[in-house]
Amino acid sequence: MERGAFFHSVTLDREKCHGCINCVKRCPTEAIRVRNGKAQIITERCIDCGECIRVCPHHAKQATFDPVSVIDRFPYKIALPAPALYGQFNNLDDVDPVIGALELMGFDEVFEVARAAELVSDATRRYMAGDQMRRPVISSACPAVLRLIRVRFPELLDNILPLHAPIEVAARLAKREAAAKTGLPPEQIGAFFISPCPAKVTAVKMPLGTEKSSVDGVLAVREVYPRLISLMKDVPASAGELSGAGRMGIGWGSSGGEAAAALRERYLAADGIENVIRVLEDLEDEKFYDLDFVELNACAGGCVGGVLNVENPYVARAKLKRIRKYRPVACNRLPDDDLSPYQWDLAVQYEPVLELDANLKTAMEKMRQMHEIEERLYGMDCGSCGAPSCKALAEDVVRGFAEENACIFKLRDEMRAMADGLTRLARALPRASNDEDRRENSEKEKQG
Amino acid sequence: MSDTIRLEYEVPGDDFTRAGEASSDVKRLLKKLGVAPGAVRRVAIALYEGEINLAIHGGGGQIVVEVSPEEVSMVLSDQGPGIPNIELAMQEGWSTAPDSVRNLGFGAGMGLPNMKRNADEMTIESEVGVGTTVRMTVRVA
Repeated sequence: MERGAFFHSVTLDREKCHGCINCVKRCPTEAIRVRNGKAQIITERCIDCGECIRVCPHHAKQATFDPVSVIDRFPYKIALPAPALYGQFNNLDDVDPVIGALELMGFDEVFEVARAAELVSDATRRYMAGDQMRRPVISSACPAVLRLIRVRFPELLDNILPLHAPIEVAARLAKREAAAKTGLPPEQIGAFFISPCPAKVTAVKMPLGTEKSSVDGVLAVREVYPRLISLMKDVPASAGELSGAGRMGIGWGSSGGEAAAALRERYLAADGIENVIRVLEDLEDEKFYDLDFVELNACAGGCVGGVLNVENPYVARAKLKRIRKYRPVACNRLPDDDLSPYQWDLAVQYEPVLELDANLKTAMEKMRQMHEIEERLYGMDCGSCGAPSCKALAEDVVRGFAEENACIFKLRDEMRAMADGLTRLARALPRASNDEDRRENSEKEKQG
Repeated sequence: MSDTIRLEYEVPGDDFTRAGEASSDVKRLLKKLGVAPGAVRRVAIALYEGEINLAIHGGGGQIVVEVSPEEVSMVLSDQGPGIPNIELAMQEGWSTAPDSVRNLGFGAGMGLPNMKRNADEMTIESEVGVGTTVRMTVRVA
């Protein structure tokens, strides 16, 4: 995909869309409008958080991901399971059955993302020890949060940890190790992320912080899950210990895991997009003193809350806890202080997609018009016009996306005024004939 | 038509759940206008501190914000007890906030100094027993 073009992992099934406003109201960047009875995404505003997929009662909003067959394009296949995957299964004390089942499913190798997470945590600790960053440092692991900050909180771009997410690190390391082991050329080795959320699909197809992702495909947890369930019983007990990550890495699967692994006393972890926005607003106003690290996850509960999972996020979190219990604290460390393989290759820039105009004077004029239109609207925020609020409709009108008459209350008033006008007009008609008498006669007949 | 956008807010006294609404609103507006991020941040911080001052010390008050293509001007006024010694009040860490307020994490004596740091210009007029008016300007162009 070309840079500048937009790829989104959320699509609409037009057949299923009723044109209701559930998704419109819940979108954190006001990126959805109903037009001609169907929801439309304003692509440059969408951050792929998956909130619309979660709230659509008709399942019309769908996540895009790769079919499982995508792995067949590569002779050598590596699975990169997200820590959240482990939380989907019942009665697991360790992750070996999951890893064994992935191998039976057709993967030549499994590289746990949790392993890479431990390396990223180590890199985070070393990077923060350098004191070169504005505090508090904000995690960059959740791609939806990263995109949210890029469009809504430009003030905080300097606080973002400029390190690759564990999935990217996992893909790079796994491919390098596999190339060394097998002697195969890199293009014959494919790395496939097993993802709890659609935002990761976007992060792979349209990455931030790097030119091109090393991940070759993204599979959904919910598609891989039934296959693994049926294969898990076939994993031989003799397979031995397969897992290579500790508590820290697996902990990344739910909210607070990454922050705890940063080993800082003064940290905060917020999850759920509304809570994330509140924290970002407060961070922007410097309302928190003495905070070192901030972990933010768009989904409630963290990655276990992603819409591509099958298990309830809180149950999954409890299951992860059980798996973590018997693991060492961490199994992976950086070999040295060289952080360059972990640092972003590209800086993330502000995307001013919410601005009214690039010119301040024009923007102010538009803002004044917006206020005037808003005054004329009713402030019910009913959404019938297809915009999330009256304010948003006023903005759409100023931007030329909508008409003020899209408001049904305004339309009703206009119709009433028109009806009143007609009545007035009827009364004012010159009486050429004696129709007053005629009416009286006909009324007498009715009563008679 | 005048070249400014004028916003007015009424800040209730002692209601910490609502203090911050005005600064959030102004911040949203400035971002929508495309004002440079650094200036938005300075306005937001200065106004938030001022808003908290109105709530804690002023017993509530009024905020008038005027946005022009050159600057954001903010006037915060209250009819509270007034400041007997402005020079002292401007010192970092100097606070008259009661314990009840400090327990909420406010009242560290950083309010006025922080406002001064973030505003390009700031003046305080205060009369004991009558009230206080703080004027701040942040240049945006």
